[in-house]
Amino acid sequence: MHRILAIIERDLRRFRRSPTLIMVSVVMPLVQLIVLGYAFGGKLKHVEVGVVDEDHGVPAVKLKEMFQAIAANASTFDTVAYTDQTSALHDLRSGRISAVVNIPPEFSRSVLAGKNPRIALIEDNTDQFAASALEGSLTQLLAPYNAPATAPRLSADVTLSVVEVYPYVPYIQYLLPGSTVLAIFVSAMIGGGIIYIDDKARGLHEGYLVTPIRKFELILGFNLAGAVKAIMAGAVLITVGSLIAGIPDPLNVARLARMMLLVVLTALALISMMFVLMVRVSDPLVPRAMFGVLNTLLFFPSGAVYPIAAFPNWMKAIATVDPFTYAVDGFKELLLKNTGLWAISGDLLYLFIFTLVAMTGATLLFRRTL
Amino acid sequence: MFDIEVKDLTKRFGDFVAVDSISFNVGHGEVFGLLGPNGAGKSTLIRMMTTLVPPTSGKVLINGFDVVRSPNDVRQSIGVIPQAMTSDLDLTAWENMSIFAKFYGLSREERRKTIKELLEAVDLTQWADKPLKMFSGGMRRRLEIARGLVHHPKIFFLDEPTTGLDPVSRVAVWEMLSKLKRERDLTILLTTHYMDEADKLCDRIAIVDHGKLVALDSPLKLKASVPGKNIMEVSFANPPPDWQTLLRNLPDVADVKAVDNVFRLSSDNGPRTTVEVMDAARKAGVEVTSLSVQSTSLDDVFVHYTGHQLRDALQAPAVYQQPRV
Repeated sequence: MHRILAIIERDLRRFRRSPTLIMVSVVMPLVQLIVLGYAFGGKLKHVEVGVVDEDHGVPAVKLKEMFQAIAANASTFDTVAYTDQTSALHDLRSGRISAVVNIPPEFSRSVLAGKNPRIALIEDNTDQFAASALEGSLTQLLAPYNAPATAPRLSADVTLSVVEVYPYVPYIQYLLPGSTVLAIFVSAMIGGGIIYIDDKARGLHEGYLVTPIRKFELILGFNLAGAVKAIMAGAVLITVGSLIAGIPDPLNVARLARMMLLVVLTALALISMMFVLMVRVSDPLVPRAMFGVLNTLLFFPSGAVYPIAAFPNWMKAIATVDPFTYAVDGFKELLLKNTGLWAISGDLLYLFIFTLVAMTGATLLFRRTL
Repeated sequence: MFDIEVKDLTKRFGDFVAVDSISFNVGHGEVFGLLGPNGAGKSTLIRMMTTLVPPTSGKVLINGFDVVRSPNDVRQSIGVIPQAMTSDLDLTAWENMSIFAKFYGLSREERRKTIKELLEAVDLTQWADKPLKMFSGGMRRRLEIARGLVHHPKIFFLDEPTTGLDPVSRVAVWEMLSKLKRERDLTILLTTHYMDEADKLCDRIAIVDHGKLVALDSPLKLKASVPGKNIMEVSFANPPPDWQTLLRNLPDVADVKAVDNVFRLSSDNGPRTTVEVMDAARKAGVEVTSLSVQSTSLDDVFVHYTGHQLRDALQAPAVYQQPRV
């Protein structure tokens, strides 16, 4: 045990004297949380929409007034009046506006005659987010426009009443579980990948190998040393990250304790995964080159930024074995739903088994000789 | 029983034979040197003896323990200073030693006492709490030597302990090693490509070239085995084709080796041969461009046994570089 503790001691002393390393492993995921959280989480505002009124009737004027009401209040879009379709389409293609709403001639006549009146939305569909938001907004706008002036006393229309179990979750909160796992992963990557291989290349391990230390002691020592640093990074994210993201009751002690258990298991799983990948690697460039690939391959399929249900099957297969998936799921339960440990017992079990398998693999693959 | 017993030791890397059936024994308290150029197989040999590289065939017993069957008993018996500096630059001298002492299971009190003694022995007491990044190469090497002795090993292996150090630091390391050996009853095996280092430190020297052991004896006996008491190195501007034969036939000349226009003469009487060479050159109209006379050195021993100079072998590219960890 004293040998394992000696390895941990050495690693932590070095870590304490490397403020840059601490900054990178903690600050980078926090920056990502803030930037991505606000970049993806905001609502669309002030999209320029051209309106071509070729009808000029009262129903068309009423419609234009509703557009202007949205521009003045929700500000989803701003309207620009055009007198003809050609100049509106020219501005659409040259990027000055994002869509054109065309109210055709005879629109008012069709409305008054009840003959299936139509307006056209010509949109720049290269930006799917803006296009679908605009469509949604205009569809919503047309619902009250189409409603009869006097509602029937008894209606046969089916309406949907939505009951939200949890408070509204802004995107930055949705992203926090992923950012927490990412912070742990960055520490694991630095400790279990980059520093481990650099030490190896510098000959530091040769010094260890001539001592009576056993394979398992070395692997366990390296793993625990890396895990301690990853746990520190995870702990910062679940506290500071929760405060930044505005998680309700962020310093709830019981929840923090549950999250720390998940942080520990996630750290052990990710660090042992790094060791099993790096145990036979000697070239210091390899972990650096793998960093981006692993980050993409593990983070994005995990459901950290988008629901797994929307993935194609091959990505779902990655998500099934990816330890990120279980860690992200666990943090979502704890952070967003404040559940108990029973709700994440499957995640904890998977991470525990993953750690055992990876650490056994790393020990078997580790060479006690040069 | 010998402290180190090496029998028919061979290491192959694919088709390349790095160490070719080498055998020798090292007695207790001896300082044994492996002398040879880069790529000669010295480091592979020392790595096999210290359990870092498994032998292809042959046997090595260290302190009576087989390196293959009882590697942990071997590791407990030895201190090793690898060629690369393996101490941690971010840690202090004390921390580096303390962590290694923990690997060997030394108690807190033992650690404190041993580290203090060793830092004193290598003259680094006042640097105990300074990080190694502040140390010069010589200081780092001295600390590594102290670190290798932290668990009181019986046998001490040093792989090129002074490579890369300036002359002053090299002498400091030599003096420190001699002192430590006297005080701690150590058996030392070191590899080097410095003739003066081997001459100064070693009781016996094994000359290794291209993976083979080509000579093994004490420095004195090795020098005595070279024909002639003196070595003359003479350069001529325009020697005729039969010049080597003419020089070989001069009185007292035991042997002549020629490389381009430089001739190395082994002579039993240096001063007289000098006069004879100058006379012969004058008579033949050959211009002497340089001449030096010296006593037989280990360099001459190396040339005698390997057919080439160590400095030439050091400059030549190594045939094989063992992959690092």
